[in-house]
Amino acid sequence: MKDLGTYAQNTWCPGCGNFAILTAIKSVLASLSDDGFPIENVVLISGIGCSSKIVDYVNVNSFYSLHGRGIPPATGMKVADPRLLVISHAGDGDAYGEGLEHLVFAAKRNVDITAIIHNNRVYGLTTGQYTPTSPLGFRGRSTPSGTKENPINPLELMLTSGASYIARGTSHGLELLKKIFKEAILHKGFSIVDVLQVCVTYYNMYEYYDKRVYELKDHNSSDFDQALTRIREWDYNSDSKIPLGVFYKKIAPVFEDGFSSTSIDKDQRSAKIKNILARSV
Amino acid sequence: MKDISILIGGKAGFGIDKSSLVIASILNQLGYSIYVYRDYPSLIRGGHTFSIIRASDGSIASHKDKIDILLALNQDTVNLHKARLSGGSVVVYDSDSIKPETVDGPWKAMPVPLAGIVKAEGGQEIMRNVCIIGAMAKAAGVSWQIAEGVLRRHFPKEIDVNLKIAERGYTASQEAFKIDQLNNPPRSLLSGNEALALGLINGGLDAYLAYPMTPSSPILHSLAGLAGEFGLKVIHPESEISVMLMALGFSYAGKKVAVGTSGGGFCLMTEGLSFSGMAELPVVVIMGQRPGPSTGLPTYSSQADLHFVLNAGQGEFPRFLVAPGDAEEAYYWAGVSLNIASKFQVPAIILSDKNMGEGTYVFDLAKAAGNFREESPAEWDGKGEYKRYLNTSGGVSLLAFPPDKDAVIKVNSYEHDEMGITTEDPEATVKMQDKRLRKETLIKDELKRYETVKIYGNKRSETVLLCWGSNKGVCEEVAKKLNVKAVQVVVLSPFPVEKLKDALAGANKIIAVESNATAQLVRLINSFGSGVHGKVLKYDGRPFSVEELTKKIEGLMR
Repeated sequence: MKDLGTYAQNTWCPGCGNFAILTAIKSVLASLSDDGFPIENVVLISGIGCSSKIVDYVNVNSFYSLHGRGIPPATGMKVADPRLLVISHAGDGDAYGEGLEHLVFAAKRNVDITAIIHNNRVYGLTTGQYTPTSPLGFRGRSTPSGTKENPINPLELMLTSGASYIARGTSHGLELLKKIFKEAILHKGFSIVDVLQVCVTYYNMYEYYDKRVYELKDHNSSDFDQALTRIREWDYNSDSKIPLGVFYKKIAPVFEDGFSSTSIDKDQRSAKIKNILARSV
Repeated sequence: MKDISILIGGKAGFGIDKSSLVIASILNQLGYSIYVYRDYPSLIRGGHTFSIIRASDGSIASHKDKIDILLALNQDTVNLHKARLSGGSVVVYDSDSIKPETVDGPWKAMPVPLAGIVKAEGGQEIMRNVCIIGAMAKAAGVSWQIAEGVLRRHFPKEIDVNLKIAERGYTASQEAFKIDQLNNPPRSLLSGNEALALGLINGGLDAYLAYPMTPSSPILHSLAGLAGEFGLKVIHPESEISVMLMALGFSYAGKKVAVGTSGGGFCLMTEGLSFSGMAELPVVVIMGQRPGPSTGLPTYSSQADLHFVLNAGQGEFPRFLVAPGDAEEAYYWAGVSLNIASKFQVPAIILSDKNMGEGTYVFDLAKAAGNFREESPAEWDGKGEYKRYLNTSGGVSLLAFPPDKDAVIKVNSYEHDEMGITTEDPEATVKMQDKRLRKETLIKDELKRYETVKIYGNKRSETVLLCWGSNKGVCEEVAKKLNVKAVQVVVLSPFPVEKLKDALAGANKIIAVESNATAQLVRLINSFGSGVHGKVLKYDGRPFSVEELTKKIEGLMR
């Protein structure tokens, strides 16, 4: 496997949780390539934020989109060419805030793309404001006396919206991340992986997570109700245990298969246009 | 009689729209040029809806205020449109729902018991419209054979009962005048929106995305209906934000893609438009104007978004902007817009409006197709290392599309280097900004071979009606009538400075005709130092009628 790095200078803070995600995704792409998967079919997409810089650091096709807007181009290119292996990286502010509607619709459509959410529960690049998954009372630069709103549980929302692969990892669990990423990418349908990634500068939660996370065992990921119960175990607000691993997985029809794959040449096209015009006399 | 106007009116839900197309088709069989203006409020049932169908032996693309035949399906139609009648007019009305004394006047009143006939024949209430069409055909001296042929084509379902009802309307009516049969074969009838849809297909469209919004939804409906036949991918996503960004995903994958909307939806698309400019991802945007600000008058027309589309999106980037004036131009420029977007990797905007999009015109394919040929963008030859944003002399970099085993294709909304990797370097920033802007020079060169400014009427006249978009039709007709010149600016960006200068050479009275309150075309040409001598502005959402514009221009010429 060729080196998947680029000449771009990495500008993440030392200790940033994004490094684990970068290492995991590069390792998964390399292993896919070694398994014979054509690496040129891969497109990495990102929104805007610290997490999104990842596309500059991986030497594969990429589409560096706008804040909140990774999912729509990912959907567009997958429908345009179903051979593409489309992976969208975004932060929690990006995907769960500005771009939330797109996630809901991607799940609803079950388009075969993978969304990897670098969820550090704070806006890093804009220097420390609360996000949709920050706990109640979070003191950020836009909420100096603490937020007055509860966080959302994005995985619960994804489950009820129709996502067909739902998992969670942390940036302190590289082997689990690699396993989940590979499975999510190979899953046919909409996959979402919420990665509890830590912003060392604005919201350092390493110790907090290390104390609470555990890996799901004896969990039936094909059972919707069990998945819901497990997803609800931690609401991104309480200090309960935090389950990691695959919550839910099902096989369902994918969006891109519902489109015409007919292709017609210019002469056929002209003849058909003439027919339509003849009917409209 | 060789220039006839028919108005059919009633409530939404009466089938006014369909009826107007059937009437247009009947007159089309007689060899006339046709124009249909549709007027309807923003509701599903009720209100007042009407269409004016005009047929003329001259080439027309506008309506007249005066009506020769009024087809009234309800009392409102009589009350609201009586003022359009004159001594020679005919009023065909439903005597079961309209008071005869309200129809009185110097014109000929023709009561037909529509509801009674429909009931007697066991039809549904909506079939009153075929009954009144039958009565209209007789009143206008059209043979039953012609009316029947058209009805058979338009009502394949329940044709027998429809025909019976129409024939009884025909019999209950009397011939009031005779429309001459002309020697021309009937032509296709297309709305501007249908022409845009077919023009995009002809230009090699692969995918179309849109969120429903008047007046552009019919393009979505047409293309969704044709998707299977032409192998198109047509998607109605969750919002216009998604529409634009999904389209850029298609574009990245090498597909020719277009989106359609109106002002409010375009507001949401502007972040994606600017992204298209920065990442050099081709996309065609159809922007159908309606009166604003904000929700405005959803089902009416306007030309108030010219400066909005010219300036939409943060930052500076070249864009192509064209405003076709009728169905044939819509078809032609839809294809050209796809070509220009993909060859120069820029957003191309087609500025339409409700009058153009939902107006119906006769359509001549040979004229509409013109010199158009589908073109493909220049693709990378596979030699050496691929650079998505290679800084070339013209500014256009060669394209590669994934999957390409020899290329890593990186596009970026940040400022980027030639590889597509983010940069904040001052020199690289200037280089890449210049690269993108240089493409405008290439587009200007390309446009030299196109008719970006058109001239009508008396070409030697020193008086000029200056217009753009759907006002082309009425300006052309009024210019001919008053023996003056009309000049239509077709392409608005890059602005055809030289061609407009040539078209206006020798003019000493330039009158701008626009459907907005602030003379937006005038503002644009003033920035190139041209200037006008008078303005006729209309911003009530309705199109200029021939009479109205004639009177205004005559006033200014005095």
